[in-house]
Amino acid sequence: MKNKRSLFAVPYIVWMAFLVVIPIIIMVVYAFTTVPAGATDDSLTFTLSNFTSMGNYTVVFTRSFKLALIATLVCLLIGYPISYMIAKEGPRFQRIAMVLIMLPMWINFLLRTYSWMSILENNGLLNQFFRAIGLIDLYNSIAIHFAADPAAYQPITYFQMMGTSGAVVLGMVYNYLPFMILPIYSVIVKLDHSLVEAAHDLGANSIVVFRKVIFPLSLPGVLSGITMVFVPSVSTFAISRLLGGGNQMLLGDLIELQFTGGAYNPHLGAAIAMVMMVIVVVCMWVMNHFGEGEEQAVML
Amino acid sequence: MKKKLALALATVLACGLLFTGCSGGSGRVVNVCSWGEYIDTDLITQFEEETGITVNYQTADSNEILYSQLKNGGANYDVIVPSDYMIARLIEEDMLAELNYDNIPNYSKIDDAYKGLSFDPENKYTVPYSWGTLGIIYNTTMVDEPITSWNAMFDTAYADNVLMINNSRDALGIALLSLGYSVNTTDEAQIREAYEKLAKAKADGVYQGWVMDEVFQKMEQGNAAIAAYYAGDYLTMLESNPDLAYVVPEEGSNWFVDAMCVLKDAEHKEEAEEWINFICGTEASLANMDYIWYASPNAEALEQYPAYYEETYGEPLDQELYEIMAAPQDVLDRCEVYENLPADTLTLYNDLWVELGVGN
Repeated sequence: MKNKRSLFAVPYIVWMAFLVVIPIIIMVVYAFTTVPAGATDDSLTFTLSNFTSMGNYTVVFTRSFKLALIATLVCLLIGYPISYMIAKEGPRFQRIAMVLIMLPMWINFLLRTYSWMSILENNGLLNQFFRAIGLIDLYNSIAIHFAADPAAYQPITYFQMMGTSGAVVLGMVYNYLPFMILPIYSVIVKLDHSLVEAAHDLGANSIVVFRKVIFPLSLPGVLSGITMVFVPSVSTFAISRLLGGGNQMLLGDLIELQFTGGAYNPHLGAAIAMVMMVIVVVCMWVMNHFGEGEEQAVML
Repeated sequence: MKKKLALALATVLACGLLFTGCSGGSGRVVNVCSWGEYIDTDLITQFEEETGITVNYQTADSNEILYSQLKNGGANYDVIVPSDYMIARLIEEDMLAELNYDNIPNYSKIDDAYKGLSFDPENKYTVPYSWGTLGIIYNTTMVDEPITSWNAMFDTAYADNVLMINNSRDALGIALLSLGYSVNTTDEAQIREAYEKLAKAKADGVYQGWVMDEVFQKMEQGNAAIAAYYAGDYLTMLESNPDLAYVVPEEGSNWFVDAMCVLKDAEHKEEAEEWINFICGTEASLANMDYIWYASPNAEALEQYPAYYEETYGEPLDQELYEIMAAPQDVLDRCEVYENLPADTLTLYNDLWVELGVGN
């Protein structure tokens, strides 16, 4: 009986083996090897130089983790109240809300990010709007009073949004917010309502109920939400390139550069990817320790 | 246990079938890989109808991406259309097949100016596909006077209004040119000087962004004043924004040639040569030129193009536009073709490029 059921897992195991396990093995092999200078065949030699040269890139590591952390936090601050609110509504509203949250995900991710470019550009929709309602003139008339030398004050014609780290965070939040909302929502909506009633019966007010009952019980959803937003954010390269205008190099860009750049060094690329993966796994492991005793968060 | 094994085997088999499915069948096939928006797709249909050969047409984003696809061994292309410096690298690494020019009679129509270039001095591996120049595209309403020099790309007067091209070869090449050096220099001091110039301009906030094809949207909608990009793409942008102008700066520039090559391990060499012959024919070259706005190396086609344009659109072709597409000899004399750089120079390029991206 048991054997029969495990048969269903075979496609999954094959899938995982081909698309997860084997690629990881290839990555590790690449990370610890290099092609000796002047070699013409495919010979590889063992080396640690890929890791030792990584010190040059600490800035990129910190920037990536910082931006991904901010994006995750913003997603949590926006995503939790929304999920909570939706879960409290009637089933009809819930269905519509879910469709609305999923809807943008039916459109290609790059296309959506390109659209943000036309919104945030110096001459983009948002700046045109600000100009039309006089916000930019208003800013100029105020700023001129604060300028050190009012005569030399250069009035601005737009607010700069493209190419800033704010734009990159915005892109991450926009793209990955559904991944925060969905797991939190699905946990809250399944909460046993009698627990809330019991807490009320025992004299807890709404704030205490939320703090002592609802929030702890929704923690698994929050943890998987954080994982599902943080991991793609920390490894993204399209968002930083398009919205950061190439001024905000992230880890994803750095890795991509090793594979598609002029020097073509997949070994260094694999090493960076491996270090990033280890850091992410450690972070997730520590995070899941917070949720110890609760139901474990689903890792991806 | 046996069942489990059988199922696993079946799955593997099914996967195998799935992936090889497209190469099966008895028909003649040719696998072509080129750049996006780089062919008049009617030509593919026409070729298929004439010869009965099925064309699997794929595109890559850049020479470097194409190179990594070939290196990974994941691609099974027959014909590729890389640029000059990448061709040199592929020849050096023995990845290209020698062509049998008897099967490509139209090769005789290619202008001698595009034969025997540094990347294939003996004309053994390549048939040129198109050529053009790298230059400065600028918005005439956003600059005070016409741009003539690469130094505009480093000028703080245009702070936050300049778009630098997002690949190491072109960006460092532009800095080298502005300093009066060759784009093919291997002198580390010169390359470092070029890097310093870029880094300084970046720190001064000259660059609004580092872009590739995003440049279209930004220049067409007037979001930036100056950008470095290719002549053919300028002509495309001009269609939606008539305020744009193009110049090949006085210091000279890169003159690039993209050429068709057949890979050493190509399975359909014969079909590949048929395809190459078809594409470099005069008729196909004319249609292609009209579609992609890059000049053809086919002498007849290049000469006939203004007449072809007038016939197709009912109005004469602006001589100025024609000269931007097909730069005249005096402009080309200022320009250099990229050569493949030695491995340690490439590594230096990559290191500096990463430093440039890292430093903020």
